Amino acid sequence: MTMSKTNKVAEIPAARTAIETCRGDFPALAQDINKHPLVYLDNAASAQQPQCVIDAVANYQSHDHANVHRGVHTLSARATEAYEGARDIAQKFINAQSRREIVYTRGTTESINLVAQSFCRPKLGSGDKLLITHLEHHSNIVPWQILCEQSGAELLVAPINEAGEVELDTLYEQLASGVKLLAIAHVSNALGTLNPLREIIDKAHSHGVPVLVDGAQAVPHIAVDVQALDCDFFAFSGHKMFGPTGIGILYGKERLLDAMPPYQGGGDMILEVHFSGTTYNDLPYKFEAGTPNISGAVGLGAAMQYLQGIGMDAIEAHEHELLQYMTEQLQQVEGLRLIGTAADKASVQSFMLDDIHPHDIGTILDHDGVAIRTGHHCAMPVMDFYGIPGTARSSLALYNNRDDVDRLVNALATVKEIFAA
Amino acid sequence: MSELLQSPEELRDLYRELILDHARRPRHFGKLDNATHFAEGINPLCGDKLKMYFSIDDGGQIKDARFEGSGCAISVASASLLTDTVIGMSADDALNFFEALVARLAIRPGEENRDANGIDLGKLTALEGVKEFPSRVKCATLAWHALHSAILRRDAPATTE
Repeated sequence: MTMSKTNKVAEIPAARTAIETCRGDFPALAQDINKHPLVYLDNAASAQQPQCVIDAVANYQSHDHANVHRGVHTLSARATEAYEGARDIAQKFINAQSRREIVYTRGTTESINLVAQSFCRPKLGSGDKLLITHLEHHSNIVPWQILCEQSGAELLVAPINEAGEVELDTLYEQLASGVKLLAIAHVSNALGTLNPLREIIDKAHSHGVPVLVDGAQAVPHIAVDVQALDCDFFAFSGHKMFGPTGIGILYGKERLLDAMPPYQGGGDMILEVHFSGTTYNDLPYKFEAGTPNISGAVGLGAAMQYLQGIGMDAIEAHEHELLQYMTEQLQQVEGLRLIGTAADKASVQSFMLDDIHPHDIGTILDHDGVAIRTGHHCAMPVMDFYGIPGTARSSLALYNNRDDVDRLVNALATVKEIFAA
Repeated sequence: MSELLQSPEELRDLYRELILDHARRPRHFGKLDNATHFAEGINPLCGDKLKMYFSIDDGGQIKDARFEGSGCAISVASASLLTDTVIGMSADDALNFFEALVARLAIRPGEENRDANGIDLGKLTALEGVKEFPSRVKCATLAWHALHSAILRRDAPATTE
């Protein structure tokens, strides 16, 4: 498609912020909650959006919106350019070989369901095996359970140890036993465990097992290079990486995506439709039926540019140091038990405090303006493993600092005071 | 660590002595072997799960009530207070009490009292602190929704959704 310069979408210069000052880019963080300045430590559930993302979406909605891939008119061309431009940004962000490997979805969950139904289901039969691990989010469990019900296949689960690390010896034995796919989290949302994917994927491939990575908790925190990982699929969401909700990405190796049947039928995913038969569109459009979440894609693209402007290495270093500080500070709270103590971690620290239920902790912390997640974190098997109903979870992002951690620890003192009565 | 923050009044109101006492030492905790009525209360958002057992005689009197499960201080205290309250009541009175309690806890601060039944909530007024914490109203009413299901013999687990 060629476009004259006047059809160009208004370009918003990518903000280049330093990690030390990035907090000011997030308007939602500059508010009081219950008369205290907000401390947002629920980033693993959903992260806040920088002004440049909010502006990119508003700008698109205000000036450039029309349907994509359809119109000859100017707005449709602008919308298409913005939507496809964000795909190019995503390709570079995870270093995919081709833009054809970047499929827009509603989020990680839809990305995983797409692989389950389109990649696995056609070749899966009774007696076949799929492999996941014990630390997966429900979105990387339930799609496989559904697939097993549909196909008669069996779901194997690699165990974890007390620290919350996958037992690699068992995982490798299971890989050697002939499984059709390994689906594994890059970073555990409940425990923060950073899985040694490079090594695991090599081992899987040595047994001919393709690997899907649930990267939802990785992309906001560490640099991801899908070619270096050599994963076959990589799924992630926009809203956990400072973009909008309802938009995500499925990366898949081109030869695999090419061989897969469509996931959903509809407009945009076809070349020709006749009652005598329909031919499907090329990658990645074959997997993008219906009018997509265009503004979501635009916002996601802006979020990725924002992260690139700061630099994933700077973000990783900052968060690594802060996670260590948070863990040390939490350990000094009497009666606090850390849940998830893997050697390699990112962002997340779960904990229990005395015999106080996590919800009560969450309510009291909120009263001090400190937002954390409490409960099972959509990882009930992890809670079963530790024999607890849920945890309190503090999860960091690039805009958090030591003051936030200190406020968290101070608020835990309030919790202890109320429950000491 | 800096000095302790003062616990704000609303928090003290939520976690009153009576609530903390029942949360720590729940009354009538455990399974009731000769239960005639049973229901489970599940809060799918947080995973709280309470099993409520009742023994109701032919005349419709609640002879005994017990509960099992796990939950936050509010949901456990509410279940414990429930058992204390409904033992000896008629099933009909217990249902009326359920409705009055749910209505009372649904009143937002500043709204007028819609509790027209004139039912004295007694010790259960201790739960009124949740009105300042809308996300916790479900914790306070979970056991009561299960009571409602048990008496009406609904098969599906009660939820607060």
